Formats: sequence, structure tokens, C-alpha cells
Amino acid sequence: MGRRNFLRSSAAFAGLGALAASLSPLREIGDYSSVDEFMQKYYKEMTPDDMSKVIKRIENEVQRQYGIRPHVRDLKPMDGVEFVYCLNLTRCIGCRKCVHACVAENNQSRNPEIQYIRVLKLPHGSMDIEKADHLYNPEAVPQKGFFYMPVQCQQCHNPPCVKVCPVHATWQEKDGITVIDYDWCIGCRYCEAACPYWARRFNFTKPEIPKERLNPNMAYLGNRPRKQGVMEKCHFCIQRTRVGRYPACLEVCPVGARKFGNILDPDSEVSYILREKRIFIQLKEEMGTNPRFFYYFEK
Amino acid sequence: MIHATRDYLTFLWRCARIAFVGDWRYYTWMGGLTVFSLLGLHAYCNQFVHGLIVTGMSDEVSWGVYIANFTFLVGVAAAAVMMVIPVYIYDNEELHDLVIFGELLAVAAIIMCLAFVTVDLGRPDRFWHLIPGIGQLNFPRSMLSWDVIVLNGYLLLNIHICGYLLYCRYQGRKPSKWFYIPFVFIAIVWAVSIHTVTAFLYVGLGGRPFWNSSIVGPRFLASAFSAGPAIIILALQVIRRVTRYHITDKALLTLRSIVQVSMIINVFLLINEIFKEFYSGNLHVASSKYLFLGLDGHHALVPWIWTAIVFNLISMFLLILPLSRSLRWLDVACVLCIVGIWIEKGMGLVIPGFIPTPLGALIEYTPSMNETLVCLGIWAFGLLCYTIFLRMSVPILQGTLSKANEHLPEPEAGVEHSPVPAPH
Repeated sequence: MGRRNFLRSSAAFAGLGALAASLSPLREIGDYSSVDEFMQKYYKEMTPDDMSKVIKRIENEVQRQYGIRPHVRDLKPMDGVEFVYCLNLTRCIGCRKCVHACVAENNQSRNPEIQYIRVLKLPHGSMDIEKADHLYNPEAVPQKGFFYMPVQCQQCHNPPCVKVCPVHATWQEKDGITVIDYDWCIGCRYCEAACPYWARRFNFTKPEIPKERLNPNMAYLGNRPRKQGVMEKCHFCIQRTRVGRYPACLEVCPVGARKFGNILDPDSEVSYILREKRIFIQLKEEMGTNPRFFYYFEK
Repeated sequence: MIHATRDYLTFLWRCARIAFVGDWRYYTWMGGLTVFSLLGLHAYCNQFVHGLIVTGMSDEVSWGVYIANFTFLVGVAAAAVMMVIPVYIYDNEELHDLVIFGELLAVAAIIMCLAFVTVDLGRPDRFWHLIPGIGQLNFPRSMLSWDVIVLNGYLLLNIHICGYLLYCRYQGRKPSKWFYIPFVFIAIVWAVSIHTVTAFLYVGLGGRPFWNSSIVGPRFLASAFSAGPAIIILALQVIRRVTRYHITDKALLTLRSIVQVSMIINVFLLINEIFKEFYSGNLHVASSKYLFLGLDGHHALVPWIWTAIVFNLISMFLLILPLSRSLRWLDVACVLCIVGIWIEKGMGLVIPGFIPTPLGALIEYTPSMNETLVCLGIWAFGLLCYTIFLRMSVPILQGTLSKANEHLPEPEAGVEHSPVPAPH
């Protein structure tokens, strides 16, 4: 009996030791999450009081991590505004300035690199994006015989990503912008599989942004730094456009290929383009997603 | 009431105790599975801390072996009904007691499924957002919310049916029909639903032409109803060998005819799919081309899918031939069928859906070492659960673990009680 008991207790100790060893990577957990973040309510159920506490928490976290006190706001959609983007394919030269302006404005991770805009290089005469070159890298752009098509979130009227999200972590706002509550997303990546435009990005690890590059002008549903394990994507620069400024990608475009505005205002530039231009297209129109992003051609 | 609770707790305690008792083969097997489970746990802790970057997944191929194994195992779980149907609808006596083994397999498979979805989450700490009432479950719009409901419902149904029948047998009383027959019929419909809903998870994505096809659902069912019973055939033979539990060849051959018919349907549907994809030759064939032939010099999946097809075909011919009435050949057919369908329903279904991306980029995917260890860990843990379930249920069904012998000394390692005929 003594021997059996001894064997039993040694087996139990060995088992516990092995279990502890298996759990050992958890020692490096760091600032994975906080109790406040874990308990945080769903965006649409927060009172203004809840929101101000959340904003304080986020500002403190950013300050602790980057040494900069950011200005985080919860910007709501404006009444009588629905945003639309128009992109002139005839003018776009494929310089990718928009890609990098976007990264700088929206505090995307630099390591690993996350970018919201993907510029496709396509041969003249084809709209078959399976022929697209994503990694073109010539001495100078544009190259003869090609045109360039930047693709980012198309802000669909019928967004498949919103439909598939199991926890309502992404939704469409009144002004047409599909947003993500980064503190509610569970990281299942179903939206990433559902998006026909490959517009969504996942934080496969903790995003890295150099301190001196951090943009401190932040919005809760916009460019505040994300955590590991959640989705993000283009949100038409909510932190700028909801206070009457243009998106960063538009401001940087050297050839004026990008136009942005309120489609509900008949005098806006985008209303004029969609009314007067003879050819404009929605990407993958046959999907029935009905994007708020239009491509048009004009000298 | 207090009496009943005490009886039930005694039952659970004795079941738990017997899980730690067995001969050297049992300890070796369980020890090995525990080691792999812990290796998997270690790998998962590593992933939990550093993020899904430790896997082979990317923004281009955003689901990998986790979801592939999940899809396969939902099929295995659903296939438990293929034993229930003959018993409860056609009154097949041979399979009567064996139903419990099928349903316990379903329970183990669902546990593995839930583990595979959990390890795929970027923020597993936020799982409570899925709980209706306190979270924000997007029901009925999101197919994933349907999956959460049907999988957990199926788990509860099967735990109830097995648990109730085993407890009645333990007490030596006849189960009350009202307490389980309605649930058995619900479980039959429910089993079809878990696999259909899982198929709809893919079918519902309009932006992924490889999945957006109505044949995915029927193919899921056909492949599940061949791989699932094939696993049960092998499991029953193991049970027969390592315990004194009597399982007739006739019961195994009944299952053989189920695998046989399902495999023929599965291969037929595969031919349908291949024809539709390649004959019309439209632009959406890129994913299928990548899978079956390779695309622009990328062909990581080609050897896999052809292995799967060859295995499925050999398995089908073996099953059709009278040869597979001999158990040796039946086992070969079952193994080929399981491996073939695991490849085809797992990697062969999930990965090509992402290649090329909706913007035409060709990025391939290979599971990382860490990811593979997590998968092995979950499989080992699932087998561990199934072994424990069998370790508890076999003596109960045999009558060696019953209320009647509650006061006798517990069996020690390596010493089995002589079988007492089970009360019918």
C-alpha cells in the first residue's frame, strides 16, 4: 500500500509540475488587458458618463505606453451627412502616397506592417483584378500600358462584414461609415473572410508604433491605437471627417484623383461627379454590396 | 431529494475514480495523451501571449488548420446520429447499446470543436460577448451565432441522453421513455443542423466563389456520414479488444453499409463540383485551379487533394466490394475514408477559399510548428475525453459498475471484475 501511495503522489506531483511548465509562457503576459477593459460595456449601451471613463482609461493607457497625452474623442455622425468617396482612375499614378499618409494618420502598426489601402496595378483594357499586381516596384510611376486602382474599405450600403459579425462589434453608422468597436471585437476574423474587397486587417500581434510617429488626435471609433487580436480597417478618417476635414489620403494625393464629400448635399463635389460624369463604377457591383466608393474616368 | 442527490454524487464520484484505474496499457495511453495535451496547452499559452502571429495565418489566408479541424469534427459529431437512426427509427437491436458509444464520441468531438474555435479567436478573453443576455450575440443574422447555439445545444442534448441512460443503467432501472426518446429525435434533426449551419458559414459568403455554392451543404453531410461512422467502426473494435464488452460483427457490418452509401454519394457530389467548376471555365475557377492543379507556380495543396481523392476512391471501391465484409479490409477502407475526408473537408475546403484573395493576390499558407502543436494537443485532449467516457460507460453497461455493488471494494489497477450480465 505504501508503495502504491508513493507512486500516486509522485504521479500527482509530476502532473502538477508538467501543468505549471505548460502554463509558463503566461509569465510574459504584460499589459494584455485590464479589469476595466474586460468589463467594458458595448459601445451602443454606454452612457455619456461610461464613455468619458473609457476615454480617460484609453488616454492613460496611451500615455503610459507612448509617453504622449492623446486627445481621444467619441465623435458622433453629423445630421444630414452621408459620406461618399470618388476616385478618378484616369488621374491616379500609383505613387502610394495615400497608403503611407493613411498609416501615419491612423496609427497603424509599423511592425508588422498594416495598411488600409492596397494599390493595384492593372494592364490597360482589363478590370479583372485577378490579373492585378500588388507588389509593383519600378523606378518611377506611372508605367506605360498600365493603370492603378487604390482599394480600401468601400463603406458598402449592404456590408457583408456587418452581417457576419457574431457579436455586433462592427456596424454601419448614420453617415455611412462602417466602424469597429476595437474593445468589443473577439477576433474571429469572419468579417475578414466575408469582405469581397479584402479591406479588413487583423492585429496578429501587439502593434508597434514608434513614439515620435504617434498621431495624438484620436477618435474612439477611429485611429486610437488598437490591441493585439482585433480587426481594423479604413473608417474614412472619422477623427477628421466628422469635424469637417478631408481624409488624409485625399489631402496627400499629388494629382487630385481623390474626391470626398456629402452625397446628401446637392452642391458637394461628389454629388456633382455622380450626377455629371458619364462613366463611374462600383467595384464588384454584382456582389450587391452597393459601395459608397466610386471609381470614375476623366482627363 | 437529498437521497437522490447523494446517490447521484456517489455515481459521479465512482465514475471519476474509475477514470484513474486501469491496466498498464491504459496508463501508457492516457499518459501519452496527457503529454500531448500539455504540449498543446504550452503552445496555446505561447499563442495567447504573442498573438496569432505564431501561426501560419495572415490577412490573406485568415483561417487555417484550426477552422479546418473544426469543420471536420463538426461532421464527426453530426455522424453520431447515423447510429441513432437505425436504432430508434428502424428498431435495429444490434446497435442498441452501441448508440451510447456513438453519442459519447459526439460529445468528445463537440468539445474538440469548441476548443478549435476558441484557439482561433484573437481575443478569447472576450468570449462572454457571445453569451446571449450579457453579450451581444448577432442572432439570427450571423451564421456564426447560429453555430454557437447549435453546437452548444447539441453538446447538452448528447450529454443529457448519454448521462441519463447510463445513470439509469447504473441504478438498474428502466429508463423512462419520456425522459429521453423526445430528446433522441430532437438530436437527430439537430445533428443535421449542426453540419448544415457549419456549411452555411462558408456558403453565405458571396465574396468567396469557391464556397458560395449550394453543393457545399450536401457534400458536408455526405462526407460526415462516411467519416463519422468509419471512426465509430474503428473505435468499437478497439473497445471490443481492450474490454470484455461484446460487440457483434453484424453491428459493424450495419455501420459498413452506412459508410458505403454515404461514400458513394460523397464521390458523386465531388464529381458534380469538379465538373461545374472546370467545364464552364469562368473567372471564378481560380481557387479550384489552385487546389487541384496549382496556379501560377503555387501548388502547396495539390499533392494533398489528390491524396484525398485517391483515398476516397479506393475506400469507395473497397466498400462496394464484398471484400470489405472481412474486418481487415473494412478497417483499411475506414482509415482511407477518414484520412481522405479529413484532408478534403479540412485544408481542402478552408484554405483554397482564401487563395487567391478577393483582390487577386496569391499568398500561400503553411501551418506553423506552434499551430500544429496546438492542433495535436486538442486532438489528444479529445481522445483523452473519449477514453475517459468509455472507461466510465463500459463497466456501467456491463453491470460491473452499478448501485448494487456500491459497497463492494473499488477495483484496483489491472483487476477487472468478472462481467455481470447487463439487465435488459
